[in-house]
Amino acid sequence: MAKMAKIIIDGKTYEVDSSKNLLETILSLKLNLQYFCWHPAMGSVGACRQCAVKKYRDENDKAGKLFMACMEPVVDGMRVSIEDPEAKEFRAGVIEWLMTNHPHDCPVCDEGGECHLQDMTLMSGHNYRRFRYKKRTYRNQYLGPFLHHEMNRCIQCYRCVRFYRDYAGGDDLNVFGVHSSVYFGRHEDGVLENEFAGNLVEVCPTGVFTDNTLFQHYTRKWDLTSAPSVCVHCGVGCNTLAGERYGKLRRILTRYNGQVNGYFLCDRGRFGYEFVNSEKRIRKPMLRLSGENRLSEADEETAITEISAIIKSSRKVMGIGSPRASLEANFTLRSLVSERNFYWGVPEQEFSLLTKEMNILRQGSIRTPSLREIEKCDVVVILGEDLTNTAPMIALAVRQSVRQVPVQSATPYKIPHWQDAAVRELVQDEKGPVFVATPYATKLDSVARTFRGSADEIARLGYAIAGAISSDAPKADNLNEEVCVLSESISKALNKAERPLIIAGQSLKSEAIVNAAANIAYAMRKAGKNVELCYTVPECNSMGMVMMGGKALDQAFHAVEKEAMDTLIIMENDLFRRDEKQAVDRFLKRFKNIIVLDYIENATTERATAIIPVGSFAESDGTFVNNEGRAQRFYQVFVPNKEIKESWRWVRNIMVTSGMKEFSRWKNLLDYTQALIKEMPYFTGIDTITPPPGFRIAGRKIPREPYRYSGRTAMHADKTVHEPKPPEDVDSPMSFTMEGYRGQPPSSLIPFFWSPGWNSAQAINKYQIEVGGPLHGGDPGKRLIEPLPNAKPSYFTDVPKAFAPREGEWMLVPVYHIFGSDELSVHSPGVRELVPKPYIMLSPDDAARLQVTSDSELELGIGGQVERLPVKINLGLRPGLAGYPVTLPGMSVVRFPVSVKISGVKK
Amino acid sequence: MFSNLRSIWIAFLHMFHKRETIQYPEEKIYLPPRWRGRIILSRDPDGQERCVACYLCQVACPVGCISLQATQDETGRRYPEFFRINFSRCIFCGYCEEACPTYSIQLTPDYEMSEFHRENMVYEKEDLLISGEGKYHGYNFYRVSGLAIGGKDKGEGIEDLPPVDVRSIRPDK
Repeated sequence: MAKMAKIIIDGKTYEVDSSKNLLETILSLKLNLQYFCWHPAMGSVGACRQCAVKKYRDENDKAGKLFMACMEPVVDGMRVSIEDPEAKEFRAGVIEWLMTNHPHDCPVCDEGGECHLQDMTLMSGHNYRRFRYKKRTYRNQYLGPFLHHEMNRCIQCYRCVRFYRDYAGGDDLNVFGVHSSVYFGRHEDGVLENEFAGNLVEVCPTGVFTDNTLFQHYTRKWDLTSAPSVCVHCGVGCNTLAGERYGKLRRILTRYNGQVNGYFLCDRGRFGYEFVNSEKRIRKPMLRLSGENRLSEADEETAITEISAIIKSSRKVMGIGSPRASLEANFTLRSLVSERNFYWGVPEQEFSLLTKEMNILRQGSIRTPSLREIEKCDVVVILGEDLTNTAPMIALAVRQSVRQVPVQSATPYKIPHWQDAAVRELVQDEKGPVFVATPYATKLDSVARTFRGSADEIARLGYAIAGAISSDAPKADNLNEEVCVLSESISKALNKAERPLIIAGQSLKSEAIVNAAANIAYAMRKAGKNVELCYTVPECNSMGMVMMGGKALDQAFHAVEKEAMDTLIIMENDLFRRDEKQAVDRFLKRFKNIIVLDYIENATTERATAIIPVGSFAESDGTFVNNEGRAQRFYQVFVPNKEIKESWRWVRNIMVTSGMKEFSRWKNLLDYTQALIKEMPYFTGIDTITPPPGFRIAGRKIPREPYRYSGRTAMHADKTVHEPKPPEDVDSPMSFTMEGYRGQPPSSLIPFFWSPGWNSAQAINKYQIEVGGPLHGGDPGKRLIEPLPNAKPSYFTDVPKAFAPREGEWMLVPVYHIFGSDELSVHSPGVRELVPKPYIMLSPDDAARLQVTSDSELELGIGGQVERLPVKINLGLRPGLAGYPVTLPGMSVVRFPVSVKISGVKK
Repeated sequence: MFSNLRSIWIAFLHMFHKRETIQYPEEKIYLPPRWRGRIILSRDPDGQERCVACYLCQVACPVGCISLQATQDETGRRYPEFFRINFSRCIFCGYCEEACPTYSIQLTPDYEMSEFHRENMVYEKEDLLISGEGKYHGYNFYRVSGLAIGGKDKGEGIEDLPPVDVRSIRPDK
């Protein structure tokens, strides 16, 4: 429990937490005070001099002194004044200085209307530029496809470099120059290298860094129809706000969730959204009419009748679900084809690994932390995961956990931890213990002690650590000295830790790694230590998939071999990304009818005999379960056209038309969710994550549009002058209009952050119980996986053998890319620009032996095919291993583990 | 009886009063330049579109009859991709003109906008854009903003100093 203090602000007494600084306290009390350089996630540096308040010595002190609120610790009995005329004048004066150089740009500035500088200027009362001289200008830089740079607008608050360098660990953005001409940018034009650079859009209090994807189809904040959403580009489940105008998705912003992503998002999540507007979107049902070879467009009614007829006339219908579709969509398809004929469209290997991860968490005694809790861990051991590319936001959280131990050294000096500059000065380059074991060099290496080896060797290290912690844990034999020393020091660090964390996952396709990570946690628990275990998952609903359980793609392949089936329904899944091409081809050939429900054209839709256009995350409602087991609800942002509907609604309509009348009582999403819970009781609670569709505040719905939403009688006037009725939302208590309840909605229904006087994202302060804490009413989402405290799981014993390279053969290890490995985001033009070309990764030793360099091409025999791939050399890779980028556009799909022979070299 | 006669007498006297009726359309009433009639989009002194697609007219419009979409040319100059006013909804309040930071949108003393079909009262950019500066002469937004566009580099604006040389440590740079 935090120590409380009584402080007096402008004559009113408040009871507050004394571990905070005065600015945080004032904002937590929902009072208004201007600030620039302070950021709730980054602490105070006192650089901008904007948050000045009067502080009085005692009740007799009438004059008081000016202090910066962000630099003042809260002390019991403190007396301060925000409204003091001198303090107000000082704050307005600071803004006036900033305005001597701030350009006359607001009309063409993308920040306009959601600009912290605009808000603060208005709040200070400064309105007239008395300075008669000219303004400073700067040249801008090209910073890549995601960020737009307009340096003239800079107010030198240093937030950008503090976020980029100190928080996100980047090193190619810095401050240059001297005195009044400091410059924030790169040493030369070029793409910003950090994967979290997009957060500068929200971190920058003005328009220096703006969203370049938004710039291309610019819309003001007040004109966006927004809804709370959940990111679909990896398994972490960050909360997002998606905004639409004129039928196109315009941008993604962070939706603060105190338990998940906090204030930030990765660039894949922020800029990957443009696949929704892609030209490859499927917008109309396509049917192959009898006697024709080609697919032709059909309307909704024809599509439903035709497909229902196909289903009715089929002897056997098989359904393939997807980890990128919502729980409800998968459940509805499962209801259509029956449990027996429902398969998940992921390879058996991935499915069983994920099931294993889930079982370890669900049946064991080890807790899995939320993303926010990872930041608080003091020792982190990462086994086999290239986090920056497989679960970027976890990598960002680990970067924060690196500071947990060193920051403690500030306590004896009585430096509060929010004193960012002072603490960093004291800590210098000291880092907390983080250990990364991956096959190739990763970005997190810069803050960690590393180990390099094949998947099996990483697992052996894991077993060795477990063995070093607890003597009864199975040990790996024949360990080399490096592993012995390392496992010894890791186990020592873990034993000393207060809040240790083990992170692993299935990205190397190794069961042994998943087991080894669990063994470390079990050993810690046996030794009476506190420990947490985090597994990454590849897709937005992978965890939901294994929680629902069922059969994987390989079983579907077997099933069609055994019994004849004539119709296949594939939902939101490109099977050609899941398994080798020949296998999928052979499988699809077995069916007369292939009905595909998807939103974007892919190799599977090309093989379809009927295509149904379904809504992407922005056009549908549903529930995802993230890697932590947190069920989160996402909402429809807009209604694109009549034919694009949620997968579950299409499937239900088909069911009803094809004679399954009992499903006609499923009317809105809640009916689906409740039916799902009835059949799978372990999902209990997902129907109450958010208020039911009938929920109203003061009899009103929650509007998706701000009250300033404009252009309603002109936006459709080119088609008709009779304004159409706004679409109705039967699935949620939100409306697609600007009419409705204007106050703060429940935390799971926040469509945008706005508060009077706070138009920028900084309005989040007003939605939190205290700054940086949970949202009013609790952070949304429900954890479905909690540890069983009394469970006594037994150790895994499958210690793999040491890896020995074989002459002339290379063991492939999967390599992941934040831009490229994800199916959907590569359809966004910005992301597409950064997707690497196909390549094969070799170790420096192997490259020297083969006499190849980075410009050489290798010929490999993979799965009966010959592939020619250019070489990339990775310093960390061990000889005998070769990195193979998975699901990168242009790369073929292989089943791991696999060894390849190099059949030719082109230098 | 008396009242009827009085009315006839008053009506008779009106024959000698000055006539208020104008022979419209042959003869037209004088309207001051600030009359709030048909809305136009003007051009800056260089002959370029003044509108920078800032959306302020759209948000100021109380009936929501203005709608536009911003885009930019290859030099970074922002302009409206489309600009639509639905005059069948417009109440000619002039808020758009007041909100406009570039003097682009202006109301004119033209009121002759009757149509048989409401569709014909929806004006697109090509219907709105005139070739002159309208009521406000001489103003060019891009000359006073810090943004670099085609024909105006950084530091060439009226209010701008030459761009900072980041590599210099001289205090006058």
